Amino acid sequence: MDLVLSKESIDNIISALDEDVLRAGADCVLLVDRSGNLIVNRGDPANLDVVALAALSAANFGATAEIAKLIGEDDFALLFHKGKNENIHFTKVGKGFILITLFGKDVSLGLIRLNTARVTDTLIPILGGEL
Amino acid sequence: MSFIDLSKNEVQCKIVFYGPGRGGKTTNLLYLHQAMTDSVRGKMVTIDTKGDRTLFFDFLPLALGQIQGLSIKIQLYTVPGQVMYNATRKLVLKGVDGIVFVADSLKVQKEKNIESLENLRQNLAEDNVDIKEIPLVLQYNKRDLGGSNIPILSVEEMQEDLNKELQVPWFSGSALKGDGVFETLREISKGTVKYVSRKLLSR
Repeated sequence: MDLVLSKESIDNIISALDEDVLRAGADCVLLVDRSGNLIVNRGDPANLDVVALAALSAANFGATAEIAKLIGEDDFALLFHKGKNENIHFTKVGKGFILITLFGKDVSLGLIRLNTARVTDTLIPILGGEL
Repeated sequence: MSFIDLSKNEVQCKIVFYGPGRGGKTTNLLYLHQAMTDSVRGKMVTIDTKGDRTLFFDFLPLALGQIQGLSIKIQLYTVPGQVMYNATRKLVLKGVDGIVFVADSLKVQKEKNIESLENLRQNLAEDNVDIKEIPLVLQYNKRDLGGSNIPILSVEEMQEDLNKELQVPWFSGSALKGDGVFETLREISKGTVKYVSRKLLSR
């Protein structure tokens, strides 16, 4: 399975991410596929190694999917890691993609969840349906 | 799965180093990382675990220049070699575009090589990938032990064991000294870019 995205599709993804996720107060948002390719990153990823973050997030998602299987689930739709100042939220987009959101301690998790859920619905058709 | 970004004219492909445990997959990546300049290589990520075995994977992104106006980005991964970590191997193999099989030249590892190649075939088949279709390069590692008193397999024997049926490109190597490492990378990159572009043209 290969993915080819036109400039127009990329622009649509960018505007959806900017509007729904960055405006909710996220510092940075990345769309990656589950084999670890970085598709789009937005926001201010200063000093952040986004390529490594994409690969490790795909692996993290894969590893937790194995945990999910142990308890009778296929996989988990979202993951959340809380740090002292920075938090990271992962949402499954369709079957093949992951949306990674980085946000600070002043931003509410609920708002991030609400907005990432909304943007997921926008992204799936752009990424070619239920991939 | 390769990913082509037409807004940046960029292709991303995934190459996985496979093979039996303690065979030198991570050493290959480490050598490449040390030998390349900053303009080509990204940051190497090794998931830190105790001991010198890879428990999850190592990861090294490279930018290999341009082909027909498209810039080629390659991501190298290694898998854990030990038999018991098959679930992790499957995870890392997900969406692979090209494979380097690092075989261990030590005589005592003869069966482990064969077993690991068979395991690769099965894991690919589960993902509907045919080992004969996907770009694959064999590297017979640790050839530098040839002069020592440690018994090693002859290249002919390794060819017979691993490459008789597949008939894929192969290289003698010593990942520790760097022999054959760049040759292996060049061959697999060439094969992978060709494979990805062929798949794209047939769309």
